[in-house]
Formats: sequence, structure tokens, C-alpha cells
Amino acid sequence: MILAIQVLSRWAIPILLLGITTLGLSRRVPIYESFVEGAKEGWHTALRILPYLVGMLVAIQVFQHSGALDQLINLISPLTNWLGFPREVLPLALMRPISGSGSLAILSQTFATFGPDSFVGRLAAAIMGSSETSLYVLTVYAGSVGIKRTRHTLATSLISDLAGSLAALYIVLRYFA
Amino acid sequence: MINYIWFFMILSGVITAASKGQIQLVTEGVLKGSEQAVVVSLGLIGIVAFWSGVMKIAQDAGLMQNVARALGPLVRRLFPEVPKDHPAMGALLLAMSANILGLGNACTPLGLKAMDHLQALNPHKERASDAMCTFMAITSSSLTVIPTTIIALRSTHGSASPTEIIGPIMFATACSTIVAIAADRLLRRAAKRPRWK
Repeated sequence: MILAIQVLSRWAIPILLLGITTLGLSRRVPIYESFVEGAKEGWHTALRILPYLVGMLVAIQVFQHSGALDQLINLISPLTNWLGFPREVLPLALMRPISGSGSLAILSQTFATFGPDSFVGRLAAAIMGSSETSLYVLTVYAGSVGIKRTRHTLATSLISDLAGSLAALYIVLRYFA
Repeated sequence: MINYIWFFMILSGVITAASKGQIQLVTEGVLKGSEQAVVVSLGLIGIVAFWSGVMKIAQDAGLMQNVARALGPLVRRLFPEVPKDHPAMGALLLAMSANILGLGNACTPLGLKAMDHLQALNPHKERASDAMCTFMAITSSSLTVIPTTIIALRSTHGSASPTEIIGPIMFATACSTIVAIAADRLLRRAAKRPRWK
């Protein structure tokens, strides 16, 4: 089963690429010209995202590099301790919605310190997998089409991240009991 | 809300650095962040262009409509205001399929394509439509079934069974997605209702 899914993930992109070009030709689409026409949009998309990314990443770096993130963890750890949420995974849980590469770095650090098969290691992996980089998704997706007001979406994402982390804690305690 | 979070990160960063007597950390952070933004955004140009090109072929061949018709019923319930034969529906389906398969670098370009089509249907160009909110909420809750990066990282660090975490992750991510859909609906309804006096 795992093997089948691994094979699928490795083949998915080549198959998609071959499938779409084959289908295009068979339906008499001038595929190369269509491709170039579509690809022109890539440049504009990347440039449109840039200002949003600069704004967000600068703030994140200032927040993290100054040590403010660590301070925040110290502040909220009594509450999370009470919930049974180990302090060791807090940096990851807080970083997860903010930065993909940042949280991956913290995950790797957690594995190195506690071991991937420890309770903390497993919980960290489950938290990592339970959600996406919400702030990145919001910034890039909304930014790419010039949306300035995302309404309740940030709140929705943070609620679902929290639910994901709590679900991770619950299932890791159960699954590996 | 994003305005407050942004300000909070900057303010607390400056205060923390100042209280440590290492105010240069702020400046370093600014430099690092802006560099990173350029690297990420320039790095996206090629792959976004590539997937936009491929998706243009798919669109010209009418594939989006085919896929949308096949997988439509479920997704149509999530996005009731998107017409079922509109290219936005196909783009949404493709973006969500890429997310489920964990096709990392295909997800963002496909997602952006979907946002582009949704924007065409959006009457207020600076305000996210209901469909956009739902789509962003679902995407940011993660749909990935097989977390390949995490498994790889576990194996690098010498895990006895790197893949054993798949089950727990599926459970946790299903919970976060269901909560995302529910919270999106509830918050939307709450926002539309007139404020309490």
C-alpha cells in the first residue's frame, strides 16, 4: 500500500505531463503555442507575489531572529503544560503556520534532539503533517490576485491549525500507547 | 487581523532585541527576510510559468471541464457559487488533487491558477469571495495524504519505522480539514449577521 502510494507520487507529474500533452494533440490543440501563451503568466504571478512576501518574511525574521518567538513560548507554556502539550514541540506548533522552511528546520532539530521515535518526535511529526503553512498560503494566494481583505480566513486557518495540533496530541497518545 | 499580527511581530521583535541590548538583530532580520522573499519569489517564476503553460494546454483541450464533471459533486457542495462548467471549478479540482497527492511544487501554481479563475467571478476585486475563503482555508489545513518530506526526515534521523506516522498524520489532518470547513461556514455566517447591540 505504502509502496503503491510512493510509486504514485513519483509518477504523478510525468503522467500528468504526458497525459495532458497527448490529450491536447489528440484534440488538435497547438500544444506548444498554448504552453508558451500560458507560461507568460508565470512571470507576472511571481512579480505580483514579491511585495507580499517581502512584507511577511521580514516581519517573521525580525520576530524570530530577535528572540521574540522564544519569549512567546515562555509566556504560553504554563497553559500548554496544563493541556498536556509538551513544551518541546511549542516552537514547531507556533512556527508551522508561519514558515514552511522554518518549521521544517525546527522539525529536523527536534528529531536530532529527541529522536524520531520518541513521544516528542512523533508528536512533532504529526503536528507538522496536520496542517500547511497557513500564513504563506494566505499571503501568496490572496496576493497573487490582488486581494487585500481576506475576511475571516486567517481566523479559520488558525482555528484549524489548533485543532490539528490537538488532534495530533490525542492520536499520538492513543496510537503509540 | 493580518495588520495586527504583522505589527505584533515587528513590535515584539524590536522590544525583545532592544531589551537584550542587541538591537542589530532587527536589522539583520530585515535583511534576511527581504533576501528570502526574493529567493522564494524568483524561484517560483520558472515552475509557475511551466505549470501555467501545461494548464493552458489542458484548458484548451477541454480537460478541466472533463475533470470537473467527474469529481464535481463533492467539490460543488464546497463551492456552491462557482458555476459547474466554469474553468474555476476544474482549476479548484486540479489544485486540490495536487494537494492530496502531495505534489509539492505543483500545488502553489495550481492553487494560484484557481485563485485567478475565482477572481474572475469575484464582484469585489479587493475582497476575498466566499469561494476563495473556503479554498484558502482548505488548502492551508493541508490535504496531503502521504507526507513524503516528514517520512524522509524521520528516516534520515534513524527512525526504526519512518512510515508509521502516516496513520496519525492522516487522522490529524482530516480533523484540521473538517474543522477548517466548519469554521469557515460558521465565521462567514457570524460576519454576515448584524452586530449585537
